[in-house]
Amino acid sequence: MKRRDFLKTGALVVAGTAVAITGLIPEVRADAVPAFATLKPEEAETLLKMTRQIYPHSKLDDAAYWKVVKQLDTASQADPATAKLLADGVAQLNSSSSGKFAGMSDNQQLDALKGIENTPFFQKVQSVELASLYNDPAVWKALGYQGPAYSIGGYVHHGFNDLAWLPDPPESASPKPA
Amino acid sequence: MSKHELNDDSVVVIVGSGAGGGTLANELCQRGLKVVLLEAGQRQSTATFHNDEWFAFNQLAWLDKRTTSGNWRIAKDFPNLPAWICKTVGGTTVHWAGASLRLKEHEFKTKTIYSDVKGANLLDWPITLADLEPYYAKAENKMGVTRTNDIPGLPGNNNFKVMYNGATRVGYKTVHTGRMAINSRPREGRSACWQLGFCFQGCKSGAKWSTLYTEIPKAEATGKLDLRPQSMVLQIQHDKSGKATSVLYADKDGNHQLQKARLVCVAGNSIETPRLLLNSSSSMFPHGLANSSGQVGKNYMRHTTGSVFGVFKEPVHMYRGTVMAGIVQDENGMNPSRGFAGGFELETIALGLPFAAAFLNPGAWGRDYASLLEDFPNMAGMWIVGEDMPQESNAVTLHPSEKDKFGLPIPNVHYDDHPNDIAMRNYAFKRGAAIYDAVGATRTVEVPPYPSTHNLGTCRQSELPRDGVCNKWGQTHDVKNLFISDGSQFTTSAGENPTLTIVTLAIRQADYIAEQCTKRNI
Repeated sequence: MKRRDFLKTGALVVAGTAVAITGLIPEVRADAVPAFATLKPEEAETLLKMTRQIYPHSKLDDAAYWKVVKQLDTASQADPATAKLLADGVAQLNSSSSGKFAGMSDNQQLDALKGIENTPFFQKVQSVELASLYNDPAVWKALGYQGPAYSIGGYVHHGFNDLAWLPDPPESASPKPA
Repeated sequence: MSKHELNDDSVVVIVGSGAGGGTLANELCQRGLKVVLLEAGQRQSTATFHNDEWFAFNQLAWLDKRTTSGNWRIAKDFPNLPAWICKTVGGTTVHWAGASLRLKEHEFKTKTIYSDVKGANLLDWPITLADLEPYYAKAENKMGVTRTNDIPGLPGNNNFKVMYNGATRVGYKTVHTGRMAINSRPREGRSACWQLGFCFQGCKSGAKWSTLYTEIPKAEATGKLDLRPQSMVLQIQHDKSGKATSVLYADKDGNHQLQKARLVCVAGNSIETPRLLLNSSSSMFPHGLANSSGQVGKNYMRHTTGSVFGVFKEPVHMYRGTVMAGIVQDENGMNPSRGFAGGFELETIALGLPFAAAFLNPGAWGRDYASLLEDFPNMAGMWIVGEDMPQESNAVTLHPSEKDKFGLPIPNVHYDDHPNDIAMRNYAFKRGAAIYDAVGATRTVEVPPYPSTHNLGTCRQSELPRDGVCNKWGQTHDVKNLFISDGSQFTTSAGENPTLTIVTLAIRQADYIAEQCTKRNI
């Protein structure tokens, strides 16, 4: 396990929830459970399953979601109110008559999450996940997004008009590049 | 860069450095006037821009808290972010996509031509297209708009290829890569477009026109401009005769400064501009400065928008290259048989994966949404920009209790969609989907409006002082040395991206101000 990476967080408001914005995506190995500052192992495990259900991508291994859980851990460390929100939310998810959240079937997990989707706990987890999972270059690669092209001089010589499954528009509509 | 004294009452003070304020500053400096340009945000550059959607959003966007109300979906999805505009030198010209379209003749006369649209507070502009044509020509030349001044169009990217083929298959005729203030060839010391994408995040190649690196450096070169970034204007003050005399602002350290002024031009975008006038109320102007009509803050418009994304079997990679890479113009005329007044443009739009996840269906989660995002590489996108109806009840007002860090009431933005707006959006959604279906879309997605970038109309121009806030020059009816210099002065929204018209009005206003100063009328 590598030394913990530091995260820069900014704040903005999306969907009425403060969202942590990642400056750096922490590195997490796929085959190891990361160490956490404030989250207990069971809390981290619950949040891992929860983040996978919120944005489920079979193309992504657990490492991508562990990074989100690490973001939540960092947010907990920075703010006691967030720590309580997450701890209480996880405890509630794990107190269902169907047993622990991590042990439920997919459909049971989905039902449990639908039941809490309007709570501040769910919205906190979702908003942090939204802003970190899809801001991770490893996830971009897995989902086919190439991201910035400034270092290669833009897409002008790297496929901005390489679509070949439709005819090219006439030059009157779309002039040739300079 | 020059420095003007705080007690120099010969200066023009301009509030805001975007399309209106930044352009006006340069135009006035070129005419020999001294200008103090107060900008709330910091100064960035092409070197400090980041091709990173979240980073750039935090770096550039206006994130001061605002509240919302009304039946628009923004109030649910983004209750504290009604607008996606910028707090930085250059204002929203740092973020804009570059589409530069003239208003149409009929769009200046909607009260006359649309006749009575129930619930709409329509009004004819006090100017016509003919009044603006010479100034549109100057603006297009200044901004280097493609398909004007012998400047070739930009090359279309993959996103445009999809739009072009679909649109022509459903019968649309006017489909091309648009009139864009993005260099298709090197011009005026700025490079041709690199097709970076990330137009919204600040153009790192400098190919897209922004006052940040065109108007403002030119104004600085005259020795007449004193640009003060990180200066948040709090109040415009006046004397006993009702003439504006000075501008109170908080500097970068939070200290209050009082800058004297010969005249004051407000260009803070259509939320902050009326907020400043409302926050400048006094015993002489109890309802806000220049508000004898009661129209300050009213008639807030934001264009009828929405997006359509199509998913295809083959890759598109819509994010490669210019964000607004092409346009369908066949729907921009007046054709009441469609079931609504006014018209709209369809323009390509693209989001990177981080913002696609945030905006394609705000709040959505689960398998279906994740599966849509897995189709990201095979997605094409287009944006609807159409005329929305002015309504007096759609308004920027001062929050009754919440205050900002300077102790001033924050703005609330109220917007209800007019039935005409809803009819237009629903029609445009169907047309957009038809375009993508014609080239084999496996799925089309109707995406609700993003936080507003086209904020308009809250200090509108009017012939009669009772109908609006300013006259045909942007000069307020009540205070003759106070001007509205941004999109707030739009009488109606028209179905075109507004920046070209804001720049055009600023050039024209500069002529008028210079003339009035020479004649000592101001």
